[in-house]
Amino acid sequence: MNEELTGAEITIRCLQAEGVDCIFGYPGGAVLFIYDELFKQDKVRHILVRHEQAAVHAADGYARSSNKVGVALVTSGPGVTNAVTGIATAYMDSIPLVVISGQVPTNAIGLDAFQEVDTVGITRPCVKHNFLVNDISELAITMKKAFYIAATGRPGPVLVDIPKDVTQQKMAFTYPEKVSMRSYNPVIRGNLKQVKKAVELILSAKRPVIYTGGGVILSDAAKQLTELAKMLDYPCTNTLMGLGGFPATDRQFIGMLGMHGTYEANMAMQYCDVLIAIGARFDDRVIGNPKHFSNENRKIIHIDIDPSSISKRVKVDIPIVGNVPDVLKELIKLLKSTKENPDQTALSEWWKQIDLWRERDCLKFDRQSDIIKPQMVVEKLYEVTKGDAFVTSDVGQHQMWAAQFYKFDKPRRWINSGGLGTMGFGMPAAMGVQLANPKGKVACITGEASIQMCIQELSTCKQYKLPLKIVNLNNRYMGMVRQWQEFFHGNRYAESYMNALPDFIKLAESYGHVGMRIERPEDIEDALREAFKLKDQLVFLDFITDQTENVFPMVPGGKGLSEMILV
Amino acid sequence: MENEAGALSRVAGLFSARGYNIESLSVAPTEDPTLSRMTLVTSGSDEVIEQVTKQLNKLIEVVKVIDLIDGNHIERELMLVKVKAVGDDRDEIKRLADIFRGCIIDVTDKSYTIELTGTSSKLDAFLDAIDNSAVLETVRTGASGIGRGDWVLKV
Repeated sequence: MNEELTGAEITIRCLQAEGVDCIFGYPGGAVLFIYDELFKQDKVRHILVRHEQAAVHAADGYARSSNKVGVALVTSGPGVTNAVTGIATAYMDSIPLVVISGQVPTNAIGLDAFQEVDTVGITRPCVKHNFLVNDISELAITMKKAFYIAATGRPGPVLVDIPKDVTQQKMAFTYPEKVSMRSYNPVIRGNLKQVKKAVELILSAKRPVIYTGGGVILSDAAKQLTELAKMLDYPCTNTLMGLGGFPATDRQFIGMLGMHGTYEANMAMQYCDVLIAIGARFDDRVIGNPKHFSNENRKIIHIDIDPSSISKRVKVDIPIVGNVPDVLKELIKLLKSTKENPDQTALSEWWKQIDLWRERDCLKFDRQSDIIKPQMVVEKLYEVTKGDAFVTSDVGQHQMWAAQFYKFDKPRRWINSGGLGTMGFGMPAAMGVQLANPKGKVACITGEASIQMCIQELSTCKQYKLPLKIVNLNNRYMGMVRQWQEFFHGNRYAESYMNALPDFIKLAESYGHVGMRIERPEDIEDALREAFKLKDQLVFLDFITDQTENVFPMVPGGKGLSEMILV
Repeated sequence: MENEAGALSRVAGLFSARGYNIESLSVAPTEDPTLSRMTLVTSGSDEVIEQVTKQLNKLIEVVKVIDLIDGNHIERELMLVKVKAVGDDRDEIKRLADIFRGCIIDVTDKSYTIELTGTSSKLDAFLDAIDNSAVLETVRTGASGIGRGDWVLKV
């Protein structure tokens, strides 16, 4: 008979058994026994955040940059409701998380007890799955299931709600080695017949495009994707979530596509004859209006692990449901064994057309400006970090410029909230990235509006000496809101001006960090170099940028991909 | 689906979150007490039904989803209806209940309670056949469905 442990001890033992080395959380009444057990051990490190939203974002950044399951621990009631934004963020981007929440004791559930909330109910629509552990006998198996569900198939956040009395009860502990669930069996291998059909179609293409999304990053398929694209010499575009899946500095990379994608990527997407979609979901920010998209005839191959992603917004011709790297390996094998080759004449014509589109130079901006152009800051950041930094972002114009101007050659380097678009994500996510990659250079590209949504985490960064570089593109506006108001709302800038900004330098310094204000274009590079030299310091770089700069190209909402507004 | 607390609300939540429509839903445990079986009636284009099916399959507690419309199937719904029954109407309502193979299961001097089983459209037809003002109260279970023939849905 194994030794009897309390529920709190079991919870920690489960984390240890899963190899979790770092969790993010905030204590409170319902999780005090769990915190007591955390205190008594040293295998699982706990990072104390300043707000539960940040705990989940940090766990999320940790997961995105490491391909491990991120773990957050919050208390009942407000602890959980604060965490919801983080959970929904992870859900929209399919990030594997386990969120452990405290709950009031089982005999108090439903009685409107202090700090009680229907956690399972509130989080149900934004988790892959959730559990309420009513009995200690269910605890270990539930934890096992949570990690299993979070990390397999299309990943996602799983919440485990543990009532306080369950953390006190005792029971013999064994951690199950395996778990099998009759109702959950994610597919891995693609249907071979479909893969064969895909090979035929790929080889028949005259104007092919490879379009890949976050699925390539999440499933660690960048290597296979690059091999496939290279052997075919087909152009490749990545979604916002897919950047780094294919090297951005490669000639075959035609840039990001979508609402703020490059001219060449969007035109190629619209006018290709064979589209190979991999781990992407044709969402509204990517293909614009689906009716306009389907005006052009093209055949679509769609590889994705989630059957519900297939033919959701756009009807596809050859669906392949499976784990992306496994399907790509199969595809590459078949392509290698076939004697046929793509039509090289047609392909070189296609490349000529793409290069013509490229000449449009859609990302140009005024490099002679006396005021700092935000694009320039991102470009310099890329140069100074030699393209090797982990870059997180918040949400808005700065996010788009980061995606357009930082060339990601490796997966898991670009960390942003793509699906939910959560302002406040950047800094806490960067904390998670830094903890998962202690030696990595981590920059958070943000704006003066977004950064204030989780600014309290400067304190966490101080406590754990996280040497983030905060690149604040400060234009004194909620830039993307302002841009839409300029384009679509008659220049009426309703509530989008950031009045009463703090002195970010003093604010950073008050936490013991370093602050720098940069106001002239010629100072950008030196400031960045100096910041990265301060290896052990968080540096808050406040770049005062052009207030009127807009993100181009832009596909207005409801328009088609080829209907871009260009500079 | 797994006979677990919360499984039903996951299904109901999915339908409301994604804007699908539930016409009826009936659920109860099966001969295997760890499993529940739900019959859900919905409507939509082929694309919508395909998405409904895929989204249901994605729910962790859903073990298997079949679209009964894809093959021959039988569906039945139970309705209890309380109707005003006085004077000459008493005979008329009794006759009507007989025609629809309903049973009168409760009687007062002013009303009958009739139990009626059949497809949803048969139950609708019965309600259409009796005078609307006579209907005092109805309660319906929603359809339960099963495939025809030897084929069985087993986990």
